[in-house]
Amino acid sequence: MVGIVVVSHSHKIAEGAMELAKQMAPEARIAAAGGMEDGSIGTDVSKIITAIESVSEGDGVVILVDLGSAVMSSEMAIEMLPDISQVKIIDAPIVEGTIFSSVEASIGSSFDEVVEVLAGAKAYKKF
Amino acid sequence: MATKAEVLDFIRIYADKMAEHRQELTDLDQAIGDGDHGINMSRGFKAVIEKLPTVYDKNIDDILKAVGMTLVSTVGGASGPLYGTAFMKAGAAVKGKEELSDEDLILAFEEAVGGIQLRGKAVEGEKTILDSMIPAINAIKASIAAGKSMTEALVEAEAAAWDGVEYTKSIIATKGRASYLGERSIGHQDPGATSMAYAFQAANEVAAKAGN
Repeated sequence: MVGIVVVSHSHKIAEGAMELAKQMAPEARIAAAGGMEDGSIGTDVSKIITAIESVSEGDGVVILVDLGSAVMSSEMAIEMLPDISQVKIIDAPIVEGTIFSSVEASIGSSFDEVVEVLAGAKAYKKF
Repeated sequence: MATKAEVLDFIRIYADKMAEHRQELTDLDQAIGDGDHGINMSRGFKAVIEKLPTVYDKNIDDILKAVGMTLVSTVGGASGPLYGTAFMKAGAAVKGKEELSDEDLILAFEEAVGGIQLRGKAVEGEKTILDSMIPAINAIKASIAAGKSMTEALVEAEAAAWDGVEYTKSIIATKGRASYLGERSIGHQDPGATSMAYAFQAANEVAAKAGN
């Protein structure tokens, strides 16, 4: 199953997005990497690496990010992983992206299919 | 040139500066960003100082790498990956060295600035770290090429870095959180360029003390 990692400056945002997605896709492999070890606001490269490793089953991992250093820290985390072929940061809204990708991944879709659904998440109209 | 003791000294002095200027950097960041630069940098370098004793007996490249690794997991903001990348790239450039020649130092600086540019996808003139770092490195290269010592070169590097900081007041931010402000960012001094200028100030102080 494709893994999903939620990277936010805020522990609560990452946990909250994951909680919401789990409600719709309880089997999805999601990990939250929000905030710093000491509870401060920020992003932490080692926390992101651990999160990626915890959800990776070999089918690829997508990373949802909030903004700023969430992108840079995720890029660094990917570079530090031994196999970087199937780990991708997606430019999508963090909450919607987490939900869409969790549902898609939990029905057994491929990495490319999950990435494609996430491209749609960016254009998704709420009303 | 720089010995391992001087490299360690530089890290300690820079860490002190980040603690000392914590409020100043935070105030600068509050004006145009998210107001955490001083807090982030001082937290990161406090963690570096705690980590440092575990790498005292390692080569310079391992020490620089350990600094970078610590920063990317403890700074929290964009300066974490940026400064972290700079230290890691500098380390990789001087692999296996126990002492750095002037050429090694220039290479380390160039790799560090190249790493920041790639990581931040930024160029000079966008009101970032680069606006003090690039002029400082250019000053070092010009001074060494003119036959001056590294100690003399670092005096000029620090001056060029502060000129760069001054220059950031006149330009619009197009990168990072400050870019949301657009023209309203004019008149404000960039916090990242400022924290980087303190790095050249620290290097200058270490070189002046060592006298080489």
